[in-house]
Amino acid sequence: MSIAASASIIIVFLIFIFLLKEAIPFISNPGLNELFSSNWIPVSFQKEQFGIYPLISGSVLVTVIATVLLIPFGVIAAVYISEIALGFEKEILKPFIEILAGIPSVVIGFFGLVVLSPIIKGLFNLNTGLTALTGAVLLALMAIPTVITISEDAIRSVPKSYKEASLALGASRLQTIFRITVPAALPGIIAAIMLGMGRVIGETMVVLMVTGNAAKISWNPFDSVRTMTATIAAEMGEVAIGSTHYSALFWVGIILMIITFGLNIVAQKVLKKYQMR
Amino acid sequence: MKKSISENSVFWAVRFITYSIVAIIGYIIFDIVIKGLPTINLEFITGFPRSSGSEGGILPAIVGTVYLVFGAILVSLPLGMASAIYLSEYAKQGRFTRMIRLAIVTLAGVPSIVFGLFGLGLFVIFLGFGASIISGSFTLAFMILPTIIVSSEEALQAVPKSNREGSLALGATEWQTIYKNVLPYALPGMFTGSILGVGRAAGETAPILLTVAAFFLPRLPSSIFDQVMALPYHLYILATQHPEAEKVLPLQYGTALVLLILVLIFNLAAIFLRSYFRKKYKW
Repeated sequence: MSIAASASIIIVFLIFIFLLKEAIPFISNPGLNELFSSNWIPVSFQKEQFGIYPLISGSVLVTVIATVLLIPFGVIAAVYISEIALGFEKEILKPFIEILAGIPSVVIGFFGLVVLSPIIKGLFNLNTGLTALTGAVLLALMAIPTVITISEDAIRSVPKSYKEASLALGASRLQTIFRITVPAALPGIIAAIMLGMGRVIGETMVVLMVTGNAAKISWNPFDSVRTMTATIAAEMGEVAIGSTHYSALFWVGIILMIITFGLNIVAQKVLKKYQMR
Repeated sequence: MKKSISENSVFWAVRFITYSIVAIIGYIIFDIVIKGLPTINLEFITGFPRSSGSEGGILPAIVGTVYLVFGAILVSLPLGMASAIYLSEYAKQGRFTRMIRLAIVTLAGVPSIVFGLFGLGLFVIFLGFGASIISGSFTLAFMILPTIIVSSEEALQAVPKSNREGSLALGATEWQTIYKNVLPYALPGMFTGSILGVGRAAGETAPILLTVAAFFLPRLPSSIFDQVMALPYHLYILATQHPEAEKVLPLQYGTALVLLILVLIFNLAAIFLRSYFRKKYKW
């Protein structure tokens, strides 16, 4: 039993070991410095370049826009479901949100490709609908169930006495919700948003299908960008195993793993601290 | 009075935002059902693809997905249930269990494409399985392991302490107690959580992209070391890599609908089972 239970630990170690194993050849040739530059040109007749800055900027841009959309929508929906909705509404809304969590990312990506991207193209008068914004809208939608579920838990675990005291002092329901309940649940809500961001950064298929995959540094939401995840998915199929390009893609994976690991650990710390109060 | 009017309008705004999310989800499902339905017929479900996926059915992709999911559950269910039983029933809470829990949380946060890289490094290359059902199944199994452990542990924790204490007081051993007095009541909950994991495995594309999926393979696999087509990957290929993506739009919608139905069945089953058992075993 304890061996089975340590499986999770073993798998985490195996993931790190095998990512590193395939990535290490890159250190001696062409050297890690090669990663820290701003041109990602993995296939070239002159000189291949493996600068990951454009991939990181792509991931960051998409994640920032998605988070900006995610925070108001996710938190407001969580507040509504836990504090305002009537009993039967909750019974309907919660399974519906769970269904959203179950829709495969490739289906969301497909919807984005054939329905949303033409809409965005027309709406903003662009040459292409495959933009950072298109990806971010869909990613925000995909991360909403995570944010709602965890924020709702946090809001529900605010002691009843807080609300009662506020109402007894003459505050309205609205004032109680936004001045007492939400601030008291804030650490849990922040953790929820961080976990949602973890999902957004790690998502592959949606960004691969709708962000246009142009590996250039841009901070314009209406530009095509290429994220770290999409780069791995798009290029891994075509590289020779053991080549420089191949190890470079594993480095992208390692960086991705470190980012999501960090977000997760901090979010868990916040959640734990919050629960102990 | 004025205050309550403005309060009401804020509530309505909040309600509107919440329901607009619901409306968007509804619209996505509606769009895929309406445009996918005309494509679905017996030939589409049971036929083989022809001319690199531009015509014909998607049987190999359906079969491939079923094999992958079945393989994943075969690996992850025993492992996940054993982990959960250990964590909830046997282990003394301490450093070791803290490490396991940290590992589970970490595993749950690993991006699916990184699981793909890992599967490629370990199963496809190091163990020499090649791109095959077994590589893909193991990769998916590790990906859904945290879901299964967490929900199984929750199910075990929900069984009242008195069940265990009564049995132990009558002289049963620890294992007899778990086997006869705890597991039977926790099993439904454990399976419910596992169904959610299976639903996720069925819809994932990124991990199988690197470990198993074949672009076009109009036959059924004959061994676990064969490559297979899979529904999510097939949809991705049809939608983005096909030279005449516009022309095969009906096939794309058909594939998306079949995948959606498959995954939604898993999810709805889990949601219903959970509420059924919650009502049945109210302690």
